[in-house]
Amino acid sequence: MFVPFLTRLLPNFATSKIRHMKYLVCISKAPDTTTKITFTDNNTKFAESGVQFIVNPYDEWYALVRAIELKEKNGGTVTTITVGGAENDPIIRKALAIGADNAVRIDAPATDAYFVASQISKYATENGFDVVLTGKETIDYNGSQMGGMIATLAEYPFVSLATKLEFEGSKAIIEKDVQGGVEIVEVNTPFVLSAAKGMAEQRIPNMRGIMQARTKPLTVVAATDCDNLTEVVDYELPAAKGDVKLVDPNNPEELIELLRNEAKAI
Amino acid sequence: MSVLVFTDSLNKEITKSSFEAVVYGAKVASDIGTSCIAVSYGDVTESSLSALGKYGALKVLHDTSIASGDIQNLHLLVKQACEKESSKVVVFGLDFTGKSVAPMAAAALKAGYISGAIDYPSSYQPITVKKNVFSGKAFANVQINTPVGVVAVLPNSVKITTTDASASIELFKATLPGSKIKTLETKLKGGEGVTLTEAEIVVSAGRGMKGPENWGDVEELAILLGAATACSRPVADIGWRPHHEHVGQTGVAIRPNLYIAIGISGAIQHLAGVNGSKIIVVINKDPEAPFFKAADYGIVGDAFDVLPKLVEAVRKLKAA
Ligand SMILES: Cc1cc2nc3c(=O)[nH]c(=O)nc-3n(C[C@H](O)[C@H](O)[C@H](O)COP(=O)(O)OP(=O)(O)OC[C@H]3O[C@@H](n4cnc5c(N)ncnc54)[C@H](O)[C@@H]3O)c2cc1C
Ligand SMILES: Nc1ncnc2c1ncn2[C@@H]1O[C@H](COP(=O)(O)O)[C@@H](O)[C@H]1O
Repeated sequence: MFVPFLTRLLPNFATSKIRHMKYLVCISKAPDTTTKITFTDNNTKFAESGVQFIVNPYDEWYALVRAIELKEKNGGTVTTITVGGAENDPIIRKALAIGADNAVRIDAPATDAYFVASQISKYATENGFDVVLTGKETIDYNGSQMGGMIATLAEYPFVSLATKLEFEGSKAIIEKDVQGGVEIVEVNTPFVLSAAKGMAEQRIPNMRGIMQARTKPLTVVAATDCDNLTEVVDYELPAAKGDVKLVDPNNPEELIELLRNEAKAI
Repeated sequence: MSVLVFTDSLNKEITKSSFEAVVYGAKVASDIGTSCIAVSYGDVTESSLSALGKYGALKVLHDTSIASGDIQNLHLLVKQACEKESSKVVVFGLDFTGKSVAPMAAAALKAGYISGAIDYPSSYQPITVKKNVFSGKAFANVQINTPVGVVAVLPNSVKITTTDASASIELFKATLPGSKIKTLETKLKGGEGVTLTEAEIVVSAGRGMKGPENWGDVEELAILLGAATACSRPVADIGWRPHHEHVGQTGVAIRPNLYIAIGISGAIQHLAGVNGSKIIVVINKDPEAPFFKAADYGIVGDAFDVLPKLVEAVRKLKAA
């Protein structure tokens, strides 16, 4: 009596518990965090020469690593997607070395968020991805815009600023930052999330990963037509600070005095 | 024509970044010769809604059918309000809610979007706005090439001014699809303490404090000044302080009026998140600490000597 019951239960259990998710992780390049920022061509272009590029930290440490962890735990595939030219290939290989299975690059300059989002949303919907992950923001453009735009164009729900992601079958349980606190939400696939600190820990690729990354597929796809809705006119650097005014450590009253009457800050 | 401003609420009151957005929207509206209309949702007190008039809103469209904190379809509320009022510019405050809703609204409207504005538009044909880029290490002037533009303003970028006007409240009901995201639990931090990104004054400390048990004076100073507390990344990473206090390139970016950094070296990644602060005070025992180069005022000294004296001095000032 017991055995037929189990065999009846098991297939169901298997299909509801183990879903092989297709993860799409949006990866962008960013100047290394120690880069001194300068501009050329009459302040219209970021001076890229000599700059060391890295995978945007939020994309790498949080979105990518969490997708890989979930794949390792529950099965599935992790694909990275990048909109940009061939100069992105080194950081894409880094993502493959960390553990992504394959990569897609949409070959067009990423100059406008709406343009990039429409390329990614089209790729995500046409290829049936279950979860699209972006970083919370890029550390160069600081837009925090891609996730929401991709979700809206794909007509998928958007979970912003996610700090934890777990699955129960095809249902995701996500902890996220909201105004004034945190929230735990539940959403079915497909959906888009932007990843913030807390999702995962940084992973340093090992030698085996680096070797394997060389032969993992990186597919280059042509972009589809789409308008650029914004453009950068030019850049500026902040005005240099004057010299620091030092105060005697034994006389913090003087600091209070300066903050109150000179800086008018307290 | 109009300028539309999205406003959010917490515990039934409109938030500070929403007030800033309304001040911004009102200035844009007066620049282009039209009026500023706010849109809000959820359970908000009537007095808080009509007070939006003080900041420059002529009226507020209010949708009571959307639960407070249910942000998933707000972009459609904004889109429908924008269409009803033929808005040319839609303004958001770039807080947690704005980061989610503004890009969705921009995509739904197919409108050019500038996030992280730190100043009013420098031109309107086309709309051109200065925004933070490279985590505060530079600015970009960005132009919008669509008839309608969406601008999200960084907290603490506009100076709040008020009049004694009040806004009329108009009920508005957006047509929204069913919910796909279900909220299981909301944990609000409660009223105590000041929100880091909105704080006028921030007291921050780093590895120089040696251990979490030494944060007493840091917290005391913050309470006395009505400030929020923050920390450097290693301090959050080792668990001395909660993660949400981590400021910098990979943490929260802030631009308070006054930033006081104690026992923080001033690494470039830390500066990236705080160099938008108007006044920076650095307390560090090492005169060569790079932070002094970015500071307005500094004390070279041991935090364990200086901090108690500073707390005492502020206490005296506040008691006076
Ligand atoms: C990719 C990347 C991203 C990063 N992002 C961030 C970020 O977002 N935010 C961030 O903060 N960091 C970030 N960092 C780390 C950053 O490079 C620094 O390591 C970090 O900011 C140093 O923290 P700290 O100043 O608290 O500690 P330390 O560098 O250890 O400095 C401690 C300071 O305290 C002073 N001190 C010691 N004892 C005393 C005392 N008794 N009284 C007074 N002063 C004292 C010392 O002179 C020293 O200047 C990042 C690093 C990388 C590689
Ligand atoms: N060119 C790009 N290609 C792929 N993903 C991108 C690109 N630009 C941004 N993203 C993703 O979108 C996130 C938010 O970027 P942003 O809206 O520019 O701050 C990043 O963390 C990436 O995950």
